[in-house]
Amino acid sequence: MVNREQRCLALILAIGLITSLPSGASEQPAEAAPSALRSQSTADHSTFEALAQRFKSGRELTKACLSCHNLAAKQVHTSTHWNWEFTNEETGQSLGKRNLLNSTLISVSSNGPYCARCHIGNEWTEETFDFSAEEQVDCLACHDTTGTYASKKMHQLRVKCSACHVEFDKSKSRDVVRKPNLSELAKRVGKPNLASCGSCHFYSDGGDGIKHGDLDTSLLSASRHLDVHMAKDGLDYSCTTCHKAEGHQMRGTRYAPEAKDTHGIDVVGGSRATCESCHGLAPHPDSANVKLNDHVDRIACQTCHIPALARGGRPTKTYWDWSTAGRLNDAGKEIVEKDGEGRIIYSSQRGGSQWSENLVPDYVWFNGKIEYLTMDDKIDPASVVQLNTLAGSSDDPESRIWPVKTLRGKQPIDAINETLASVRLFGKKDDAFWKAYDWTASVGAGMKAAGREFSGKVGFVETEMRNPVNHTIAPAEDSLTCVSCHSRNGRMAGVPGIFMPGTGTGAILDIFGLLLIGSSVLVVLGHGTLRVLMKVRNNGRRRPS
Amino acid sequence: MKNRIYLYARFERFWHWSQASLIIFMALTGFEIHAFYVLFGYESAVQLHTTAAWVLIGLWIFAIFWHATTGEWKQYIPTFDRVVTIVRFYSVDIFNNAPHPYHKSRLQKHNPLQRFVYLLLWVLINPAIWISGLLYFFYNDWKALGLASFLSLEVVAVVHTVAAYLIFSFLIFHVYLVTIGDTPLTHIKAMITGWEEVEQEE
Repeated sequence: MVNREQRCLALILAIGLITSLPSGASEQPAEAAPSALRSQSTADHSTFEALAQRFKSGRELTKACLSCHNLAAKQVHTSTHWNWEFTNEETGQSLGKRNLLNSTLISVSSNGPYCARCHIGNEWTEETFDFSAEEQVDCLACHDTTGTYASKKMHQLRVKCSACHVEFDKSKSRDVVRKPNLSELAKRVGKPNLASCGSCHFYSDGGDGIKHGDLDTSLLSASRHLDVHMAKDGLDYSCTTCHKAEGHQMRGTRYAPEAKDTHGIDVVGGSRATCESCHGLAPHPDSANVKLNDHVDRIACQTCHIPALARGGRPTKTYWDWSTAGRLNDAGKEIVEKDGEGRIIYSSQRGGSQWSENLVPDYVWFNGKIEYLTMDDKIDPASVVQLNTLAGSSDDPESRIWPVKTLRGKQPIDAINETLASVRLFGKKDDAFWKAYDWTASVGAGMKAAGREFSGKVGFVETEMRNPVNHTIAPAEDSLTCVSCHSRNGRMAGVPGIFMPGTGTGAILDIFGLLLIGSSVLVVLGHGTLRVLMKVRNNGRRRPS
Repeated sequence: MKNRIYLYARFERFWHWSQASLIIFMALTGFEIHAFYVLFGYESAVQLHTTAAWVLIGLWIFAIFWHATTGEWKQYIPTFDRVVTIVRFYSVDIFNNAPHPYHKSRLQKHNPLQRFVYLLLWVLINPAIWISGLLYFFYNDWKALGLASFLSLEVVAVVHTVAAYLIFSFLIFHVYLVTIGDTPLTHIKAMITGWEEVEQEE
């Protein structure tokens, strides 16, 4: 209804606009870019004098930004985006890229300046970087509205190709534009849009859609069915519509998510990146099934409204096996193997891979608390090591059932000390895995960079990493229905601590019931048959009783 | 000697047949919810089952009022008088084509065995299915009602299903026993028209 009204309104406005234009309107000079007029901003950066100059470096551009936005760098300096460090106050764990390990590109700490090519700073190309320098904040990293800057910056800084490209045509690498046009991009700065944030986050861990399953480039042209909020033909939200960012502090962090928002609607001034922040605590309308609102206390919105992961045509990685990485062909060259659909299932650089589209998420109880495995923790090499543990249970009223993307894999450990291993992937020396494919050397270098003991013996363990998913929210008609869960082998079949009506549980009960019904029928049939037989035998005569 | 008597009042007949159809419909939707088959689809089955339950509750309010005001509730007072004879009739004498030892009258429509079975239904099985059904329906209010600490949904569901099986079993015997009249349709006709030919007590 609202959509129709909006469309009608737009149509009326458009007709009004066209009819009110003076003749020869098309010859009028365009004073401001149409997008600038459509924007909520009161400033058109393309007309600013401070930005009308030839910028030779990101630092120069940042200084120009700071000449007006004089608090911006100070604000950015306190953000997770800048520090890559997040202290979870509840668990006390020091998290963030700087500290954590995962099963994708494993560790940041051991690859310092290489991983830092994605950092929102200017020129973090050495081991050391001045985190207190205001001009080192790279404003364009987030405020480039074209979404092209991050990629050009990485090419300019000469990141190792395999950081993003497992396979590429070397003959074409000369044609790659390696230099962002800072002067041009400076005129087009603005609030971050999908392309701005997506230029990093869509490519997390080395490629489009690899890590998340709910964040990839398909969102840039999302249909309403893929994402009801971000669709161009739908609400056309940008990331910051939900991830309110006052003073450069983004709301909604993966390290301490809000699994059960009980505040309700408080969207004035921006959303807290929870569904409830806009939709409230009883989000389903009266016209919907009344039982739906009865579910919100135990079922996260995402569980029904993200019917599957990787729905936009970009497969997401479900298995990453580092243990087989480094295999070369007879000529000593790197190998790339693909499956029938053109997905890379093996590469020397990254090992074995499995991918999935339209992937049914796993479902877990989750109360917002995540414990991450760190390099200080002992692991059991015989078990499947959990890289993170999502806390929660059916007994815990703060928990709800959440959809998660599980990435399984095998990754290196220190086999003697029984800890996760940090690995040096990047570098020009032979202790870089992507240079010499020597696990012992590259784990050695990685552990040294992380300041950890290394026994000298590398092993591999199976690991699992679970990430709650939040994006690619489907419209109501594409969401799960009752029967998705309330049926035999429904989606919640593996979730502990729940009684799910409609799943045919209770075998003993049904044996009792069917025996009862069956014997009732038998008794009745036997009684009836005997009665008829005896009637025939007695020729209808009554016998004295 | 046979006598034609008006055994079932208009409301009683209406109550019987509407209750019968509702119970069969609730069994149909209920066992679909129990995942035995797919007929209406889970969501519709739940909604239809719930609606039928509220209609049946409404019907019962009328029925209870009717029983109370007409005094018909006395028909269900149990008695041991001649129980043995009735049991013997159904298990032995009936095969010898013996006449039913119990003769219905306007004041005593149910034989002693019927009285016991109906009492069992009214005192045990029906309350079990209604209480468990209402608890099931109001599951989300358990916390507010102070029930959450000691009730489990699974127990409620099991009670509800066991009661449903028992009612289903009752239905099978009930339908069979209806056919044990002078002709198979005698009793059904009586429940439709209200009039039944009964052997006069001598």
